[in-house]
Amino acid sequence: MQRNNLRKWSLLLGAVAIVALPMPSWAQLTKYDLESRMGVESHVGNITGHAKAAKADYRRYCVVCHGELGDGNGESFPWIDPKPRDFQLGVFKCRSTPTGTLPTDQDLFDTLARGLDRSNMPQWSTFTKQQRADLVAWVKHFSPRWTNEKPGTPITIPPEPEVTPERIKAGRDVFARVQCWKCHGVLGQANGPSAATLTDDLGRPIAAYNFTEGARPKCGDTDRDIYRIFMTGLDGTPMPSFADNIKPDEAWDLVFYLRTLMSQNSKEKAMAKQLGLKPVDPNAPAGQQ
Amino acid sequence: MRLSSHSRLRDVSYFGSLVLIAVFVMLACSPRANALPAFARKYGLRCSACHESWPMLNYFGQKFKDNGYQLMNDRDAPIWQSPGYWPVTFRMVSMWHRVSTGKVLVDTYSPGLTDPTGVAIQRITTSGFDLSGLDLHTGGTLDKNISFFLLPSSDPAGSFHFETVMARLDNLFGSPWLNIKLGKFELDNLLSEKRPLTLTGNGGIYQLYHFIPVGDGNIFGQIGDNQLGAELMGHSWNDRTRYSAALLSSNDGTTQLPYGNAYSGFFTASQAFDTGKAGVQRIGFYAMIGQAPTTWRTSGGATGFLPGAAIGNKSFSREGFVGQFYFGQHVDLQVVTQHGQDSAWFGQGYGDLIDGVATLNNTTGTVLPAGSRSPSWNGVLFEPHYIYSPQLIFIGRYETIRMSQQSTPGTPSNLGNISSYTLAFRYNPFMTSRAGFAWHNEYNWLHQDGTGPSLGLTSTNVNTSEVMTGFDFDF
Repeated sequence: MQRNNLRKWSLLLGAVAIVALPMPSWAQLTKYDLESRMGVESHVGNITGHAKAAKADYRRYCVVCHGELGDGNGESFPWIDPKPRDFQLGVFKCRSTPTGTLPTDQDLFDTLARGLDRSNMPQWSTFTKQQRADLVAWVKHFSPRWTNEKPGTPITIPPEPEVTPERIKAGRDVFARVQCWKCHGVLGQANGPSAATLTDDLGRPIAAYNFTEGARPKCGDTDRDIYRIFMTGLDGTPMPSFADNIKPDEAWDLVFYLRTLMSQNSKEKAMAKQLGLKPVDPNAPAGQQ
Repeated sequence: MRLSSHSRLRDVSYFGSLVLIAVFVMLACSPRANALPAFARKYGLRCSACHESWPMLNYFGQKFKDNGYQLMNDRDAPIWQSPGYWPVTFRMVSMWHRVSTGKVLVDTYSPGLTDPTGVAIQRITTSGFDLSGLDLHTGGTLDKNISFFLLPSSDPAGSFHFETVMARLDNLFGSPWLNIKLGKFELDNLLSEKRPLTLTGNGGIYQLYHFIPVGDGNIFGQIGDNQLGAELMGHSWNDRTRYSAALLSSNDGTTQLPYGNAYSGFFTASQAFDTGKAGVQRIGFYAMIGQAPTTWRTSGGATGFLPGAAIGNKSFSREGFVGQFYFGQHVDLQVVTQHGQDSAWFGQGYGDLIDGVATLNNTTGTVLPAGSRSPSWNGVLFEPHYIYSPQLIFIGRYETIRMSQQSTPGTPSNLGNISSYTLAFRYNPFMTSRAGFAWHNEYNWLHQDGTGPSLGLTSTNVNTSEVMTGFDFDF
């Protein structure tokens, strides 16, 4: 009797194992899975990128950080901070698309050439456009998200208005209202009360952007780039999208105010100085900065 | 029981086969392929990121160098490094090589006599295990946008000199177009002789970068030697466009101003083009225009040269085109041309007298032999590469230099002409961000017209060959 039970359980476990083991999972992505996605393409302008064509370049330039399987577990993983992106998750900071959606091919293409300041990701601006398009396709082939989802629709950025002292003051109010200071600090020095507690989606400590130290914002340093950053959020990090909390006009006000916090000289900074603009007061009642 | 010679041979063959298979498997199965590990360690990048194949720079590596050894991603200042980080790299080569030099004058002896009784022309062949000199590289940033490079380098016997010593102010006024370097440094040669993929005596240098006509006393136009001076250099954001202009002391990199007060200029400009799937192609030019002394003032006799007091500067020039052509990810071709010209004074044996290169001193009243002309020449080098992977590269090179005008009328027009062929491959069994190792194999054959002894021979051309295999490693 006992022997029969044992045989039955063994058979059952064996059957479960046969069915369950080959099931694909993101955490256990294999080279076999990746081979099957080698046909992935990217489209940037009139250039078509092919994943297969980027294999050698990925191995030459990228694998040391992002790993053979694109899981961010390359040999330099233990020594660098922030940690390399895990492409298998299909989650990217720099997008023109709404939070939670996939970036466009152009977003990834631009990130490659721009690099990511305050990280070990250099500017790969020496590549040809074809090389970059191929690498975008290669990055996409790591995540099943690209086969199941379409990239989001890029957000609309209205034309940049003229900067005025009133707009800068209004931007300060937005900074206070949506509580940017909680992480970035009232002076933009990344020392707000929540700064020390920040972690990314994988639970790793992460620093807020310090506006005052002169580093380029990760996803571009034009006014449009900064607008885009807080309207799309930086997925995978504690920086959320404020698309639901800030109107487009207010977003431009915030851009102008953020410029006053940065170390680089700007007309916004000069205006703020002329105004005698004070930092936000976290204890002031709402709307009374 | 004694084994027969046949079965011993079989055993030896069997053992040899096993060793070969083991070596092959070991090399073939090594997990990954690999530069200046000090930079690789700093940035967590593999050598292959900056090197076509270590040590030759690729486009990204050239941009890194042009930015003053910075990636421009705010991780450049040393403040970002662990306090224990020491930006030092040791590089050396252990090897076996065989050098065969044709037409060497060798003394002959009669039986029982200890003094030579005659001379003969023989080929001298030497082989054995050997070492290269040691390179001690240290470089990087002192602060954001202030870079340095220091390279004490030894000969194989351990005698050191300063090969490179320079500090550089990068991105002045926030512009990549303005960078200033001061010290002793490699000239801005796109095809760098200091990062060669070849290592033999004649194949490890570019003949074009060191050519001196037979009997010429001018050592100061060697664009392959590191020189003392200041350089202004600039480039576009993505390094597609670049230029440099250097003012150099005409002393071929020798410190303590032993010669005179002459200066040279070295100028380059190049433009790269995105050609889609073929890659990035670059074309450019270089020109070295300078003066060097021919008159050596003395004190206490004809050989009592006064240091730094040479005068009688005469001119020289070297100019040419450079092309770096890529044909997809695996094949590229590097091309350098040169037209060179020295003053007739150099051509007649005036020039570097204190090192014994020149034989004559241009003292007051000296006149050149009638009909003396400025020696000139043309040369070209082609260096194709087949990059199977960053771990395995095959290298070929053909160089030829042809005299177009001899200094002395009536001199054979081909005297001193050079042809050089080099074949090599380098295999990096691993590639990490920590160290570099290459199994290097190379053959070079060099032919020069008319520089051998004659002794009644119809041809005085000299052929020299070298074969080597060795381990090139750095850490």
